[in-house]
Amino acid sequence: MIAKTLSSAKYALVSFRRNPAATFFTIIFPVLFLVIFGLVFGSGEMGPADQRVKVSTFIVPGILALSIVSATFVNLAMNQVIRREAGQLKRLRGTPLSPLGHIVGQILAALVIVVFMTVLVTVIGRLFFGVEFNLSSIGVFSLSVALGAIAFSALGLAITAIIPNDDAAPAITNATVFPLYFISDVFFFSGGDSSGFIDALGDFFPIKPLAESLQDSYNPFIESVSIPWGKWAVIAAWGMFGIALAARFFKWTPQTERR
Amino acid sequence: MSLAIEVTGLTKSYKTKSGDTIDAVKGIDLHVAEGEILAFLGANGAGKTTTIEILEGFRNRTSGTVQVLGEDPQDPSRSWREDIGIVLQESSPDRSLTARESVSMYASFYDAPRPVDEVLEIVGLTDSSGQRTKALSGGQKRRLDLAIALVGNPKLVFLDEPTTGFDPSARREAWKMIEQLRNLGATVLLTTHYMDEAEHLADRIAVINGGLISAEGTAADLAEQVKLLTRIAWDPAEVPAEAIPDLFRPELQKTTGELAIETTEVTAVVHALTDWATSNGGRIDSLSVMKPNLEDTFLRLTAGGEAQ
Repeated sequence: MIAKTLSSAKYALVSFRRNPAATFFTIIFPVLFLVIFGLVFGSGEMGPADQRVKVSTFIVPGILALSIVSATFVNLAMNQVIRREAGQLKRLRGTPLSPLGHIVGQILAALVIVVFMTVLVTVIGRLFFGVEFNLSSIGVFSLSVALGAIAFSALGLAITAIIPNDDAAPAITNATVFPLYFISDVFFFSGGDSSGFIDALGDFFPIKPLAESLQDSYNPFIESVSIPWGKWAVIAAWGMFGIALAARFFKWTPQTERR
Repeated sequence: MSLAIEVTGLTKSYKTKSGDTIDAVKGIDLHVAEGEILAFLGANGAGKTTTIEILEGFRNRTSGTVQVLGEDPQDPSRSWREDIGIVLQESSPDRSLTARESVSMYASFYDAPRPVDEVLEIVGLTDSSGQRTKALSGGQKRRLDLAIALVGNPKLVFLDEPTTGFDPSARREAWKMIEQLRNLGATVLLTTHYMDEAEHLADRIAVINGGLISAEGTAADLAEQVKLLTRIAWDPAEVPAEAIPDLFRPELQKTTGELAIETTEVTAVVHALTDWATSNGGRIDSLSVMKPNLEDTFLRLTAGGEAQ
């Protein structure tokens, strides 16, 4: 059972690595955002008067959140819909690989990409923008990454239920997450000048809590990072919601089948 | 003789979006012995795929009992799928993997798979095993499908329309491969809407028609069954319907305007016709007496339930 699950993960990664569109959107795209934002806005300063930090300090965890969402939510939603419409999921159901084995295998593959992106984004942030990672926070930080990755994987599997075919997959997944990036400390950082509505909206959805739970690990003024229970609770709640929806509505057979 | 598949009184009804109920399968009994190759022959919409997907465990039945390799496919044990190989009607492999990787991946999902090289050899993909599947031709993809179905070393193989959409030479090739399954000792249930395919490949044919099995037997049995009914047709202007005994009920053909009878009593009908013509001083230039060919046999057996 474990060997079958690991094998499923292995071939998902082989397939991912050879798929130019998937690697572009999951790896190149976040790196491009990181470099562009870092170059354009990164050297500005923000934060309270006695704790001014460079904007890149926030860009790095923001782009890391985007990377996690891309590697899990977007990546899984797209490739599971493609596999479903090609009849591959149905075919897998005809083998001794259990449904859970397939799901866990696919999520494991996404987690490998998440780990890769976490290291890549952190290293680029350090080398090009001088953003230091606080190694003493590695425990809390890793749990934040893992929690985010699992929650967004679940949501990615859940959203496949409303994606009718492969053509619709990129549009629906991107339309779901892109607006959220703008209110989630990923593309812009909310100042104190808004009515609070946008902040509240960002706090409600899981991307901003994920970005914020990663921020402290890159902030030189925070020596000991405390556990962001509230943010984790929001991410976990969305994750549970995703699991419940996926368990109920995930489809294994092509939806565009002639019948 | 032990049975690989045992089906009694199988029915399946669907609700359509408009709320109507469609009875796709209306009560099928089916027995397939171990090692036997059975063809499920029927037109599109006859209920072939619905039935095979119930046997494969992809759909739940409405009523009836089903045993496949001794288990109910609706509630199988964990090991049940180890012994079953499936070729779906429509599926395409992961485009980014090579043919060999695809087979290896599926092999890894079975406890006791057949060696990957051996399977590639069986389906004749050894030479193209290093190619990405997106570069394979349609025929090669179908072979890969079969390789994936065989790699688990199944006792029972389901093939849903394995050659639909193939040109004649690709079909011949596919047939050769399916024939090899017999040598491997597997039980095979295949669906097709080609009479010649069923005749060529199967030990036994079950004709499915409007959700029911309308005929069953070897190809020769079926041909015999229908061959007995010879079609006699003529122009009613030459001989009226009343000329022949009441026992026969000729039907007026809308398209040709002819009267036609399908019967075993060729002599009696022809005698009545010629007798009437002779005693009324007429001629019967339009008379035709036709024995059905293979194609007619199939059409007759599967024509929208009329044969029943």
